[in-house]
Amino acid sequence: MTLPLLAVQGADEVSGSGLGAVRLAWLTIALPLLGVLVNGALAFVRPRARALVSLVGPGVLLGAFAVSVAIFFELRAHPPEAPLIVTLWPWLHVGDLRIDLALQVDQLATVMLLVVTGVGSLIHIYSVGYMGEDPGYARYFAYLNLFVVFMLILVLGASLPVLFIGWEGVGLCSYLLIGFWFTDKTNADAGKKAFLANRVGDFGFLIAMFLLWQTVGALDFATILARAPTVLSTAAATWITLFLLLGCTGKSAQIPLYVWLPDAMAGPTPVSALIHAATMVTAGVYLVARTGVLFALAPGTGLVTAGIGALTALFAATIGLRQYDIKKVLAYSTISQLGYMFLGVGVGGYTAGIFHLVTHSFFKALLFLGAGSVIHALHHAYHATHAHDDAQDMRNMGGLRRWLPVTCTLMWIATLAIAGVPPFAGFFSKDEILAAAFARGAEQPIYYLFYGMGALAAFLTAVYMARLMAMTFHGTTRLGEAQQAHVHEAPASMTGPLVLLAFLSLTGGALNLPAFAGGHEGLEHWLEPVTRAATALRPLTLPTGATEDTLLAAAVAIAVLGLWIGFRTTLGRPVLPASIAPPDTGLARLLNRKYYVDEIYDALLVRPVVWLSDKVLWRVVDQGLVDGLLVGGGVVGTRWLGRLGSRLQSGQVGLYVLLFLVGAIWVLNAILG
Amino acid sequence: MTEVVFYFFAAVAVLSAAMCILQRSPVGALIWLVQVMLALGAIFILLQAQFIGIIQILVYAGAIMVLFLFILMLLNVGRVRATDIRGPAGVAAAVVVAGLIVAELRGLWAYTTVRLEHEVRTSAGALQAAYAFAGGQAAQQEAQTRGVVGGIAAPLFQLYLVPFEITSILLLAAIVGAVVLAKRRA
Amino acid sequence: MLLGPALGLSAVLFSLGVAGVVLRRNAIVLFMCVELMLNAVNLAFVALAQVYGVGGYLIVFFVMTVAAAEAAVGLAIILAVFRHHQSIDLQNINLLHG
Repeated sequence: MTLPLLAVQGADEVSGSGLGAVRLAWLTIALPLLGVLVNGALAFVRPRARALVSLVGPGVLLGAFAVSVAIFFELRAHPPEAPLIVTLWPWLHVGDLRIDLALQVDQLATVMLLVVTGVGSLIHIYSVGYMGEDPGYARYFAYLNLFVVFMLILVLGASLPVLFIGWEGVGLCSYLLIGFWFTDKTNADAGKKAFLANRVGDFGFLIAMFLLWQTVGALDFATILARAPTVLSTAAATWITLFLLLGCTGKSAQIPLYVWLPDAMAGPTPVSALIHAATMVTAGVYLVARTGVLFALAPGTGLVTAGIGALTALFAATIGLRQYDIKKVLAYSTISQLGYMFLGVGVGGYTAGIFHLVTHSFFKALLFLGAGSVIHALHHAYHATHAHDDAQDMRNMGGLRRWLPVTCTLMWIATLAIAGVPPFAGFFSKDEILAAAFARGAEQPIYYLFYGMGALAAFLTAVYMARLMAMTFHGTTRLGEAQQAHVHEAPASMTGPLVLLAFLSLTGGALNLPAFAGGHEGLEHWLEPVTRAATALRPLTLPTGATEDTLLAAAVAIAVLGLWIGFRTTLGRPVLPASIAPPDTGLARLLNRKYYVDEIYDALLVRPVVWLSDKVLWRVVDQGLVDGLLVGGGVVGTRWLGRLGSRLQSGQVGLYVLLFLVGAIWVLNAILG
Repeated sequence: MTEVVFYFFAAVAVLSAAMCILQRSPVGALIWLVQVMLALGAIFILLQAQFIGIIQILVYAGAIMVLFLFILMLLNVGRVRATDIRGPAGVAAAVVVAGLIVAELRGLWAYTTVRLEHEVRTSAGALQAAYAFAGGQAAQQEAQTRGVVGGIAAPLFQLYLVPFEITSILLLAAIVGAVVLAKRRA
Repeated sequence: MLLGPALGLSAVLFSLGVAGVVLRRNAIVLFMCVELMLNAVNLAFVALAQVYGVGGYLIVFFVMTVAAAEAAVGLAIILAVFRHHQSIDLQNINLLHG
């Protein structure tokens, strides 16, 4: 294998010397992989080597981030019109199929690269403090680094199979990390649930790949996007994209495969922040943006995507209204925000979707890490006072502003961002998505419905986020006096990244500041070479002028109103600690039990499969057919043959002589015959 | 004339062989076998193999069969007790097998020197046609120059010396083996 | 030249010997039938020696010698077997059965 100072395809028109960083794109994957090996080895050999792990774990990720920044600056200096392909080595060359292990570096990939390595680095640093006393420290960082490896393969893959490697890999790491404390069966079950739900999605992905190969005859993005408009019929494109969408609903937790995400909160909180907020769950959005041309060729699927996104956004937001576990609220919030992203890319606003992806990673990571700090503090307090309450239940919190002022402030910044209050980041991204949906409504009125659902979801987002903040940080505390003495702010290693994330949540809007705010829509232009092909097939004009102003005003009003209502109603009632709180009734109960979706799935899907496996596949096929007929039959048959053969060894000389003579006759016949 | 004598002795041999294999008493079977050998000895002499014929009677019938008789007597199985001929299954098997062998070997009846020479000449083997005729004549010549015994002795001690010596070692081994096997355990 | 008939006689005697081997249970009688077969083969060699030369006679010579050795050893074995089983009925001698 030649050293990876490789040729970069598509760079003919660009000066060769300026692409050093792009050539080193493989380094972003190799560095975390090195982290995996080192941390993995330490996990086996010396699990207590805290210092080295703390150095290597975040260290490799910071190195990857440095490379990503270098790539960014290089691409900014020489923006390529076509993606730059860095081929590492050949992989599948079978007949007409030529897939190489190749990385594709273009503007979209760079955005994802920066998010993954940047936010990832911050979360790695946070983890040093959060997981510092855990016995599985080295193993944790090994898994976390492995996740980054696969996520980057996903993001940088130049063809669908390579992307799929990353796709499956992040699913694996999700399983490993959700079930990190696997000695508790609930955690292990949550990991399994995540993996199984993802598997259903992966099936859709595979079918889509097969269909693509059959119709277009290629699986690398460059060829697909070039050939698809001429080769694919609308029907074929619709089928392909629908199956891709199935994959996305699995990975990005949309209806109907979102059920694994709330359970995934069983994993460590930094994991929830990284995987289930900032990066892995966004893979679906990235995939849709990457194959935008295919989605543009199938407007029907675009409708379905937007519909699923809007519905999920609203659905999850309603559930979040009545959850008491702080992480579960954030989980449903993530599902809801992902719905927004799908609404964005479904209507054809690829930049809007990616924009929200980026801003969401900032404030959602901040929210999760902040919640982690809160939980960390509460754990500490409970440990010191030998209490056994649930450290994640918001009904046990309250008034934490006194002891966790920094965390409170930072989380308020994130709350304002997610609610969509200007000038925080979330306002611009969410507004752009809703504007795009509204604009599509001019073509097909159903998109107005989606806009409405999105707006309602935005309102509910503000409500439940304010409720979260009120229950956790404000009002009268439910902590006992003894416990209050032990609640204190998280160490600097944990608070530092939070500050950075808060800063990004505040200023992130600058990435794609629209014209009315005096900006230059940086992200839109940056991503233009990538989204150009798709937007040409299915153009989208964002509303301007009076319409735009009305929409903006509505968005702000919704956000502020929601926050106020949420805050007031939560503080208006006394909150009882979890152990003595009365159970919910009526609508509240329905929401708290997440519309009983898990129970429905269990009855409709899980039980029949289990029955099938037990009664049919095990009893009949495995025990009866394979064990009984094939194995048992083999035994019986062999024994029978053996007994038959042993009759030849009777010990009777007469028989031997007879057989001898029969043989002699045969030979005679052969010679003389 | 020769043929008549030959067929007479052939008939004797076949009948004696049949009686041998069907005789219930082992000693009786043995005597019939001796009869077969005597008939064969006569046929050998008829076929100009005088030395072999005499040897057949002296060694085979005279020594080997006597050895058999000794063993029969030693083991006291000479008297007729229950028959040792197998039942109907055995008879059927014997008939089938023997019948098959005779059927396979039927072609031998038709052999003459002409046919043999023809086969030899047209076969792909190493045999040369010259042998087909020269050998027998050469043997007759030898017998006339050196006498009947000399005709066999000369090649035996010249061309076939090595097999001769090996055979004597074989006999030694057989003697030792027989003594060891038949010894009474102390 | 009596070649054909002699070979035919040899074939008949041989097959009679085969029949005897299959038919009899007494070990010594079985052995005798084997000797019958050997004699048949000797006859064949002598018949062919007329055509192929003195080699035929010499083979008969050696066959007889070997038959003698074989008879000695074989009978010694039968003797030993008899001492063990008190019988030379081959039906009963089946220690090597599987």
